[in-house]
Amino acid sequence: MIKFITAILTALTTGAIYALMSTALVLVWRSTRIINFAQAGQAVLSTYIGYEVTIRSGSFWVGVISAMIFGALLGAAIDRFFMRPIFKRVQGGPILMIAPVVATLGLLGIIQAIIGFKWGLTYQSLVAPVSTDGFTLFGRVIAFSPFNLLVVVFATVSMLLLTILFQKTNIGLALRASAHSPEIAKLSGIKVDFIRTLGWSLAGAAGGLAGMLYIPSSYLYPNAMDVLLVFGFIAAVIGGLDSLFGAVAGAMILGFAISFATSYVSEKLVFPMAFVMLVVVLLVKPAGLFSGKKSRRD
Amino acid sequence: MIKLSPTKKRTLFFVALGWALLLIGDRIGELLQYQGSFVAMYALAIASIILLTGYSGQLSLGHSALMAVGAYAGALSINNLHLHPAIALVIATFVAGVFGLLLGFGVARLSGPYLAGTTLALAVSLPTLANQFPILGGEQGVVFDVGLPPARFGEDFSMYKWFFWISCLAVLIMLWLISNVVSSRYGRTFRAIRDNETAAALSGLNTGRLKVLAFAISSGMAGLAGGLLVMLISGVSPSAFPLSLSFSLLTGAVVTGVYSLKGVMLGGLVLVAIPEIADSIVTRIGGSEGFTATLPGFLVSALLILAVLFTPNGPGALLHSFKKHN
Repeated sequence: MIKFITAILTALTTGAIYALMSTALVLVWRSTRIINFAQAGQAVLSTYIGYEVTIRSGSFWVGVISAMIFGALLGAAIDRFFMRPIFKRVQGGPILMIAPVVATLGLLGIIQAIIGFKWGLTYQSLVAPVSTDGFTLFGRVIAFSPFNLLVVVFATVSMLLLTILFQKTNIGLALRASAHSPEIAKLSGIKVDFIRTLGWSLAGAAGGLAGMLYIPSSYLYPNAMDVLLVFGFIAAVIGGLDSLFGAVAGAMILGFAISFATSYVSEKLVFPMAFVMLVVVLLVKPAGLFSGKKSRRD
Repeated sequence: MIKLSPTKKRTLFFVALGWALLLIGDRIGELLQYQGSFVAMYALAIASIILLTGYSGQLSLGHSALMAVGAYAGALSINNLHLHPAIALVIATFVAGVFGLLLGFGVARLSGPYLAGTTLALAVSLPTLANQFPILGGEQGVVFDVGLPPARFGEDFSMYKWFFWISCLAVLIMLWLISNVVSSRYGRTFRAIRDNETAAALSGLNTGRLKVLAFAISSGMAGLAGGLLVMLISGVSPSAFPLSLSFSLLTGAVVTGVYSLKGVMLGGLVLVAIPEIADSIVTRIGGSEGFTATLPGFLVSALLILAVLFTPNGPGALLHSFKKHN
């Protein structure tokens, strides 16, 4: 019973962090049809900024806010000064097909190298603001701490805010319209380029938050978020890349699958489980579980 | 003047190239022989990417994992089955090819970013499996020893020269096979799919099956390159196949120009030269440990972005347009 409860609580924590990463990927995909592989770099750089601010100010909360603000600014800057010029330049020719992937990968490498230049490759630890010792349940310590609870609450609140932004505000309407049909959105007077940059900056903020919530349970180093990028991508594909709800649901499904496989079968199943889920979803329902849109297969 | 068919011309070219390499191998020092072996190995790995990206329009970030599959298959067949190294390299090619075929059924028909993401997941997850099977030796890995050069080559025949011979011969044979494939009917169908998939399908090509085939051939090439790589570093471990290897190969392919196999040697040279250049920059201007360790990655990434921006179709296309202008 304890094992069961622990598995569920672990799934919620990991799922919450995956959800932030997959949301970040989906936000960019919806606005620009790019899978942003640089997201891992953006998130980890934002976390380094959050880490520095946390040390200087002594407050984790100020650190989280600065990581999110920096993430948002970085995301906007990347779209405005990197992606847009590249797409202006690479217009025709067969390279167009691989240019987006290659550009974001190159950016990922550059961001991680810059982190290496500035902070080195050593592992830093970011101290959590609340205890990371597990709660005691029925007289036994379980693998769910106050900090894990905080992660779940933070992720849930940010998802709710994002939902309100998308469903209840004019900006949200513009974001949905430009994702759905950029041409028509442009004709109706929406500044599609600006909205696109806004999508990138929302994604950047989500990535920064994901980093600040994940790193206290791990270590901070230039490649710290690479694995989360992969899990975020898998979660986004499970949910259907076009749907924000799908991104969160996919992350939860992935979190539960991994948590139950690792606690009931073998600790070593994290990656195989994730990869198998990805391939199965791609084979069975390539459009994702929560997307009614057209198939992504050729 | 005898007229040769294109196939015979190609064969002659490869024989001549092999002869030239044999002569070169005798006249260079051990360091150059060793680096030359790496150039050949990278050239093959880059060719496997180009076959996939340039000829069939797919994009893989998982070739480091496919190289690892070949490398482990080769190492196990030497260590546990006591097979001849040459046969081990053939097995490396074959096992990686079959692995690519099976994987291809699942993923090869995906389009651009989906395939990239899925193969990225493969590259991250596959090396972790090595820790779970004792036969693969965990983080330490297992040795990959091709043995000393045969005694009949004489006492002066160094290990590095032996590596150089094996790498160049294996790579030349493989590239010769592949150059025949891409100029055959299959090559034309691959290019047709890349250029316009709908039109290719309407002309009666089974595009799905051909994409899986291209993926499998490319995996086999990567497997051989992986076997050669671990021969050169004499052991196979998960850390020999980091994700950054996939990125380097992609950079090599983009620098070479993804639409032609002709420049793969250039890509191999670039990949071998980058760490050297980084080294000389560090010795000149100094720098912290972090700077030293990340500089090669920075150069690779910067080169990738610059190549996409300025020579999207390879240096060949740039020369061509330059000629046109004058």
